[in-house]
Amino acid sequence: MSADPILAVHDLSAGYGDFQALFGVNLALPERGLLGLVGANGAGKSTLFKAILGQLPRQREMVTFRGEPIGHLRTEAMLKRGIAVVPEGRRLFRSLSVEENLQMAAERGRKGDWTLDRVYALFPILAEKRSMPSQSLSGGQQQMVAIGRALMANPEVILFDEISLGLAPIVVNDVYAAMPSILGSGISAIVVEQDIERVRRMADHLVCLNEGRVVLSGPTGAFTKAQITTAYFGE
Amino acid sequence: MAYVDAIVQGILLGGLYALFAAGLSLIFGVMRLVNIAHGDFIVLGAYLALITIQMTGLHPFLALIIVVPVMALAGYAIQRGLLNRTLGPNLLPPILVTFGLAVVIQNTLLMGFSTDTRRLAAGSIETASLSLGPISIGWLPLLTFVVAVVLIVGLEQVFYRTAIGRAFRATSDDAETARAMGINTRHVHALAMALSFAVIAIAGVFLAVRSNFDPFSGPARLIYGFEAVIIGGLGSLWGTLAGGVVLGVAQALGAQISPAFQILAGHIVFFVILAVRPRGLFPRMD
Repeated sequence: MSADPILAVHDLSAGYGDFQALFGVNLALPERGLLGLVGANGAGKSTLFKAILGQLPRQREMVTFRGEPIGHLRTEAMLKRGIAVVPEGRRLFRSLSVEENLQMAAERGRKGDWTLDRVYALFPILAEKRSMPSQSLSGGQQQMVAIGRALMANPEVILFDEISLGLAPIVVNDVYAAMPSILGSGISAIVVEQDIERVRRMADHLVCLNEGRVVLSGPTGAFTKAQITTAYFGE
Repeated sequence: MAYVDAIVQGILLGGLYALFAAGLSLIFGVMRLVNIAHGDFIVLGAYLALITIQMTGLHPFLALIIVVPVMALAGYAIQRGLLNRTLGPNLLPPILVTFGLAVVIQNTLLMGFSTDTRRLAAGSIETASLSLGPISIGWLPLLTFVVAVVLIVGLEQVFYRTAIGRAFRATSDDAETARAMGINTRHVHALAMALSFAVIAIAGVFLAVRSNFDPFSGPARLIYGFEAVIIGGLGSLWGTLAGGVVLGVAQALGAQISPAFQILAGHIVFFVILAVRPRGLFPRMD
């Protein structure tokens, strides 16, 4: 792991009101790396994303971007910093068309190579459906819009939250087929994924959460499947 | 023929109700905020026009050049400084706070202007009319209706053709995700309230030219505005115009039956529509 990760989480504790969901979580995403974040339902994966993004209260020093503390920034400032999210359940804006959804983050993100044309080149089906209401698309197509929406902000980091959720396996492959192009453009990513085999193939680094605590962390190759499974389910 | 006349007058009256309702519809659509002080803000706009006219001698419609931006700024400030703090999963806090605002506005106006009824003099347009065979159409009601339609068209254009309109809709759909997409929802909410207050200023001036007003005229305007919004269906601006027209026609026909029946007829039609189509005539929102 490089000395200076692009995004890091330090001793982060967070929760919802009186309910604490994360306990002293540490995590480092190397520049241009892909970090797989795994864990059972309720392990705190989505909560960790929410805390990074400022959707839950956290402290200034708990999140750093290229070594600089950003844990005090509001959610809406994160995109400008270069951190975008593909939220769990896609969360497309339902009263907006496909293209309007794609423009949403672009207007407030950073300038760069990811444009409407490039997103349409990556997902040609979206070009055909550009003026359709976002809710009229299939689940996989909606996921492509959610990914395209994040790309349009030209982020340095994308947090992918269960992009395979609710999709047929063949559709999941279609969606993940875009990953090499995304990473190839210099974007680093944290990917939450239930399919451990896929994470092992794809990710350079792996973090496993169990009941709000990191139980496994390191280069993916360092762990056997059995070790990951044990950490995943707890003992 | 009397009934045809009543329907025409009712449609035109609906324009005024749509003016009362458009600002209410807009902010409910963007942030699910029920503004109980809406009617009192309309009356506040009327008094602001009164002061402007007293100071400058402008015609009421020209006074809008000053009243609209002042009210819009006030709307932005009230949202940013006060109402944004009340927004959340619970719908009740903004209702309570705007109810409090209504009381404060009414009593402040009472202190400043007493209970004397006022009216803005707009000259010959108040009584001039256009004869179409047996039906005579007042220029002022006609102008009110045209302004209401132009306003609704304008607001629709803002909502569906501009970047800020996209931000309004995105924030309305899912504020948390909107923030993750870089939208400052507090600013967007305040802009929506500013737009609502600009409409309120116009509604206030048309109210004040058309009828007498006093510090306690607000709640009745709120009721008409609410009824127009609910009849039309939440979240639809065209529905709000249609709701205003339905309410206006119901009142005008009620007045044909008996003058005492005018207001009640409007409320009855409102309840009937609520019973038959609880989501209104043209619902757009879940």
